[in-house]
Amino acid sequence: MSKIQNAFKNGKAFIPFITCGDPDLATTAAVVRSAVAAGADLIELGIPFSDPTAEGPVIQAANLRALSGNVTTDSIFELVRELRKDITIPFVFMTYANVVFSYGSERFISTCKEIGIDGIILPDIPFEEKEEFLPLCTRYDVDLISMIAPTSKDRIAMIAKEATGFIYLVSSLGVTGVRSEITTDLASIVEVIRANTSVPCAIGFGISTPKQAAKMAGISNGAIVGSAIIKLLEAHGTDAPRHIGDYVKSMKDALLPL
Amino acid sequence: MTNQNGRFGIHGGQYIPETLMNAVIELERAYNYYKEDPDFNRELTGLFNDYAGRPSRLYFAEKMTKDLGGPKIYLKREDLNHTGAHKINNVLGQALLAKKMGKTRLIAETGAGQHGVATATAAALMGMECVVFMGEEDTIRQALNVYRMRLLGAEVIPVKSGTKTLKDAVSEAMREWTSRISDTHYCLGSVMGPHPFPTIVRDFQAVISKEIKQQLLDKEGRLPDAVLACVGGGSNAIGTFYHFINDPSVRLIGCEAAGRGIDTWETAATISTGKLGIFHGMKSYFCQDKYGQIAPVYSISAGLDYPGIGPEHAHLHDIGRAEYVPVTDEEAVNAFEYLAKTEGIIPAIESAHAVAHAMKLAKEMTKEQIMVITISGRGDKDCAAIARYRGEDLHE
Repeated sequence: MSKIQNAFKNGKAFIPFITCGDPDLATTAAVVRSAVAAGADLIELGIPFSDPTAEGPVIQAANLRALSGNVTTDSIFELVRELRKDITIPFVFMTYANVVFSYGSERFISTCKEIGIDGIILPDIPFEEKEEFLPLCTRYDVDLISMIAPTSKDRIAMIAKEATGFIYLVSSLGVTGVRSEITTDLASIVEVIRANTSVPCAIGFGISTPKQAAKMAGISNGAIVGSAIIKLLEAHGTDAPRHIGDYVKSMKDALLPL
Repeated sequence: MTNQNGRFGIHGGQYIPETLMNAVIELERAYNYYKEDPDFNRELTGLFNDYAGRPSRLYFAEKMTKDLGGPKIYLKREDLNHTGAHKINNVLGQALLAKKMGKTRLIAETGAGQHGVATATAAALMGMECVVFMGEEDTIRQALNVYRMRLLGAEVIPVKSGTKTLKDAVSEAMREWTSRISDTHYCLGSVMGPHPFPTIVRDFQAVISKEIKQQLLDKEGRLPDAVLACVGGGSNAIGTFYHFINDPSVRLIGCEAAGRGIDTWETAATISTGKLGIFHGMKSYFCQDKYGQIAPVYSISAGLDYPGIGPEHAHLHDIGRAEYVPVTDEEAVNAFEYLAKTEGIIPAIESAHAVAHAMKLAKEMTKEQIMVITISGRGDKDCAAIARYRGEDLHE
């Protein structure tokens, strides 16, 4: 069974996203440790890409900050090796297809297995293109995470039936970024997902407050937060780990009663 | 030449966010229906002929032919189309298709501004809203085209992310499309992006080679020996090649922007310097580093300043059917000046890349042979930049 399931054992999961190397890898390591100590259930580690087409301005800027510090796929693998010495909660990579493909898909995915990465999220790999990486992911026991969007409609059942690890439900149209309100009828999407799979489902895009996280996790199995955390990094730089720890705790606390 | 999943050999595909999948599926269904619809085709042909000025002329460049002393050289004059470039062919097709699909808003990316102007034009004609994304760098290089788009009623959004050029404009248009799909059609300007765009754009541009074939049969009673076109994403090139792909005697030659040279970092020649990758919705060749980060490419031509190439070109390269050659800024500028002085035709700096290679190739061909160069657009937009390249202090 997928190790990612462990993230959903302690009630609703809180899943923070961090762009590796923003502003440097030492800060990323400190942020991960601080998020884990504060109760994060799964960490989404972003490998920066020059042209992140699914990201809003906040995470785009984080990608460029990281790349300007000369972070590479190899140095991020080293970071994960280091973190795995003491951290056991599931890790997934979030990046773009070209980062995996250009490294050599088998070399990338087998390294994921070797260093303890449990899944990969690739926003530019829809259901129709998953054969690009799925056979290798299956061989090396790394979950290729499926995404479902507000526009998926008749596609939800098809995607859910073949999903492994967890399902990433995109809350709103558009790119990543903080939103004051999420208006999509997510409960009815989750209902279709539930009718087709028992794989857990977490909601992301636009979530920043404990109240929003509680609402989203209330109708699913967890909440994913990216831009709000990157904003803390942007504001506090190398001093961000402490602030992010406090923030993660406030978000996880909001999910505990659910 | 398209497979079921929008593949050209190993290239193409639909590498896009799930949010857009139903939109491209809907687009494909609509396109498959309307391309067979006699009313749609009648309407589009009417727009091509009466509005855009088609068929475009196939002009025998007699002075150039004599001067170079090689094959007979014909110029396919896409620069004489309404809005001054081949871009209008694709845009009229897509705008009409979008309108039939009930869309009321067009969004587009643009590099040199030609596709943006064409999209703004079609939107004005058809009473649609229009938003054009243009790299901030390009809004400066092509200020006049920004004004033209605004004059036509479009909103122009300068893109400040990344390298602030064409690739960033494409990324931003894709982001915009994921946030507003129901009333909006993304009018992609080249034979790139996710399926079905490379096929749709190619089909609307294929009118170029369809006309060349007929016009040359009328004038010379035979096929050309070579057809040449410049390649960025590759829409005027695929349009120029398409009806000759199954005529093996016709050499198909795409001219890429080498910028300051393919041995420098300041180049946009994808076939010469790129490698296989996945970006902007497609598998194809891209200029990138060893970790797959997309390279900040460079060319004097904003329209060729793109780090990738359309998937059908990548396939034609793989199977050896088409040849792709690099042409530097300096060679293109020389050709820009040469065509102006020799034939009284000022080509777009993009098209001048094809003229430059033709000037080299002419030396290797015989007088009995025939070469066709597609002049994809007119060069008025480039005059100030070329003057500056030559050291003149000219600003618009």
